[in-house]
This record gives sequence, C-alpha cells and structure tokens, in this order.
Amino acid sequence: MESFQQAFDLLISLDKELLQIIGVTLRMSFFSTTISCLLGLPLGALIGTRSFRGKSFLKKLIHTLMGLPPVVAGLFVYVLFTHYGPFGSLNLLFTVKVMVIAQVILITPIVIGLSSSFIEGTSKPVIDTARGLGLSKAKTVGLCLSEGRSSLLSVVLSAFGRSIAEVGAVSIVGGNIQWKTRVMTTAIMLETNKGKFSFALALGIILLLIGFAVNALASFIVKEPADD
Amino acid sequence: MKKVFALILAAIVALSFAACGAKTDEPAATAAPAETTAAATPENAVIRLSTTTSVNDSGLLPYLLPTFEAATGYKVEVQSAGTGAAIQKAKDGNADVILVHAKASEEEFIADGYGVERLPFMYNYFVIVGPKDDPAGVSGSADAAAAFAKIRDSKSKFVSRGDESGTHKAELKIWGDNAPDAAADDWYVSAGQGMGACLTMASEMQAYCLTDKATFLSMKDELNLDIVLAEGDDMKNTYSLIAVNPEKIDGLNTDGAKAFIDWMLGDEASALIAKYGEAEYGVALFTLLDK
Repeated sequence: MESFQQAFDLLISLDKELLQIIGVTLRMSFFSTTISCLLGLPLGALIGTRSFRGKSFLKKLIHTLMGLPPVVAGLFVYVLFTHYGPFGSLNLLFTVKVMVIAQVILITPIVIGLSSSFIEGTSKPVIDTARGLGLSKAKTVGLCLSEGRSSLLSVVLSAFGRSIAEVGAVSIVGGNIQWKTRVMTTAIMLETNKGKFSFALALGIILLLIGFAVNALASFIVKEPADD
Repeated sequence: MKKVFALILAAIVALSFAACGAKTDEPAATAAPAETTAAATPENAVIRLSTTTSVNDSGLLPYLLPTFEAATGYKVEVQSAGTGAAIQKAKDGNADVILVHAKASEEEFIADGYGVERLPFMYNYFVIVGPKDDPAGVSGSADAAAAFAKIRDSKSKFVSRGDESGTHKAELKIWGDNAPDAAADDWYVSAGQGMGACLTMASEMQAYCLTDKATFLSMKDELNLDIVLAEGDDMKNTYSLIAVNPEKIDGLNTDGAKAFIDWMLGDEASALIAKYGEAEYGVALFTLLDK
C-alpha cells in the first residue's frame, strides 16, 4: 500500500531524475523495438509465406534464440565492445546505443518467430486471393502484413514489452550509470540492492503504468476493434 | 521418428534427475564425517546470516564457515548484498545475525531496537585504485581526502558505487562537503552496481575507484588497474557482527546467532581470519581488532 502511495507521489512530484530515467527507458525501448521490427517483420513474413529447404531447422534455431537469456546477449555484446574487443575503438560501451544493440540481438528473433507463426496461420487464404488477383510478390507480402494487423501489433508490443522489462543485458552493457544509462529496471534493481523495497516496488508500479499507456496508445493508433 | 524423440526426451529427463541426485548427495557426503566429530545437531540448526558482498565474495565466509559448521552442527545460510539491503533484510525479519561495515547505519539499527549489540571485530583498509600511469598523481597523497581532491581538480574519471553500500557510504564520508554532483560533473560516474561491476567499469574507462582491498585483489588479473593509494587514516574499514533483537522480531534463531558470534569472536576463528589471504595474495586481507 505504501508503495502505491509512493508511486503516486513520485509521479505527481515530477522528480527530475525519475523523468530522466523514464526518458532513457522510452528512448531505448523505442529504438530497440523499431530496429528489431524493421529487421524481424520482413524476415518473419518471408519465412511465414515461403517454403524452402532447411525451413524447419531455421524455425528451430529462431525458437531457440527466442529464449536467449538476456545476460548471455549482454555478455556477448560486452565482449564485442569492451576496450580491447573488436569494436572497442568505437567507444560505445556504457552508452544507450550499445544497450539498443544488445536488445536488438535479444528481440529480433522474438519478432521473427512470432510474426512468422502469425503470418503462417493467416497468410494461406490471403496468398490465394493475391494469386487470384495477380499481385506481385512484394504486394503479396504487404497484403499479408496488413491483413494480420492486430496480430502483428501484438508482436510489436511483445517486442516492446521485452525491451522495457529487460534488465540482464542492459545492466551489463549499459552499466546502470546515473543520468546516463540508468533505466527503470536497473533503477529498480539498484533500489532493491539498497534495501529500499517499497520504493523499488513504487518504481515497478510506474513501469507497469508506462507499459499500459504505450499499449493503450498503440491499440488506439491501429484502431483495434473494441471488445464488444 | 516420434519414438526416437520420446526416447531421447526420456534419456534427458533421466539424466537430469541423476545430475540433481548427485548434486544433493555431495554435501551430505562431505558433511557426514564432520558430524561424527561434531556436537549433536542443535534443534534449530539453520542460522540466517545477512552480510555484505565484500566478506562473502572475498572468500572469507566460504573459508570460515565449514569449520564452524563442523564444530557446532549448525548450518549457516548466507545472504550477501550491499550493507543497506543486508540491514533491511534483518529489519524485515529475514536474518538472525548480520555482518556489515557501515558504523552509522549499524548504530541506527541498534538505536531502532533491531540489533542487540554492535561487536566490531576486524578491519581492513579501503584502497584507491586507478589507471597504471596515475594521471591525477594520486600516489603519495597523505590520505584519501587529499587523493580525492586531486581527482576532482583534474576532473579524472571516478566510478562510484552509488548504491548506498558500506563502500559507497565510506566514499561519501571521504568527499565530505566536496561531494561531486553526478548530474553536473560528467567525470563522476555513479554506477549503482556492486563492487565487481564497478571495478570492471573503472578498468574499461580507465577511471579511479574506491574499493575494498579483498575484492580488488581477487579480481586483479582481469583488471587494467593498480592500487594508487593503499593506506590513510580515513580509509579504515571496520566490520561488525550484530545479533538481531528477539524482542523486536519473532521467529529468530537466537541461540544460533549467539553460537555464531561466540565462535567468530573466539580464538579459533581469530587465528583463521588473521592468516586469510596470505596463501592466495601474499598478504592477510583482514586484521583483528584488539579485544
């Protein structure tokens, strides 16, 4: 109960640091989700609509990567971008950019896997129709994407949810630096480590509220039918 | 095809059960000979110790506890976190005894009625580590406050724990009124992470960092950092044991906490603590306080 009160007070007070953390969180999640979807949706559509040799192996591989533990993705990116690593000269470690890179590695397989499954389920009749109309391949893919709009919205929102809720990868490559790479989840970890459990819970409530707001906004934009 | 798959699945399940079985057997096998020499297992045999990462990660507790457990028949469950969380866990009734290093917080813990008595028993020194070429010229400073002033004046990068741990509180005390503002001073990096993560970050950024000596020595080989200041009057780091007060919190293993504290303050533990670290690092990591 105390946590709800604290969450409310924090939001009302518009605490400068909290707003900055929320800003970093949204910026990171926006870019992670957008890039993952730009990479993942076309690939998911291709896999979902085509049949080719090695498809079942590829799907197993993608499903395995969908369960990639965030710490492993974080570790992998850390090793690449560490000072003496192959990309160390870019000086990207402990920045929001490298957090986005780690999350894209984590989330793209999820987007490919979920979207290919959805499209596989809905695409058959669409493809038949498209063939009947004599549409080009690119147009067929486009038609599949637009017909499965609300399924694809839930893919995008799953990607966003994974991004905003993720702590393992971003704390390794981002470093949870105050005023720079601290996001909601790493802030919650920090408060938990400080022993401020109720404050940490208040931050968790705010994180859920942000997630809810983004979901509501997304379904408003896509004009999902109301459930009546 | 399905049959093969089912067989493989069955084999995996059987193997994982076997592996789990082996895991649970292991401690029993090693504990068995100890029990023959030990006193009878006490009625409430589990002691919950809430402590800081530095005493656990440095290997001190894993080094001491098997001897204590063999001698008394108790089993110590160690929860390690920063001092702030270690104390909070005890306040929430999740620990019987705490071993921490932040005097002000410890005194508050007792003043609030949660702790019985603060028993300082050992200390070591915080050290300042930094880039091998020591760009701020910290080496040779009279004490940590003087070293910090040089870091501040040269705006050299400095990684702070920023997590209200004992080490963070010690750092803030050294800064005193000159504490940097993480929002404005971009050379001051408030990491909000554990000691190991902060040292790794300092090494990456070639930054300075205040650390307990034990954690630094245990990670030295992976870090591109050196100790630039090893001793100063303001760098003493004292560890205390406090039993949680049974009048404030119920369901405690008070007998266990007492047995643990008595043993830790006794001659056997003292002898073990005094030489801990010599074999591995060539120096003892902790020094006992005079009784």
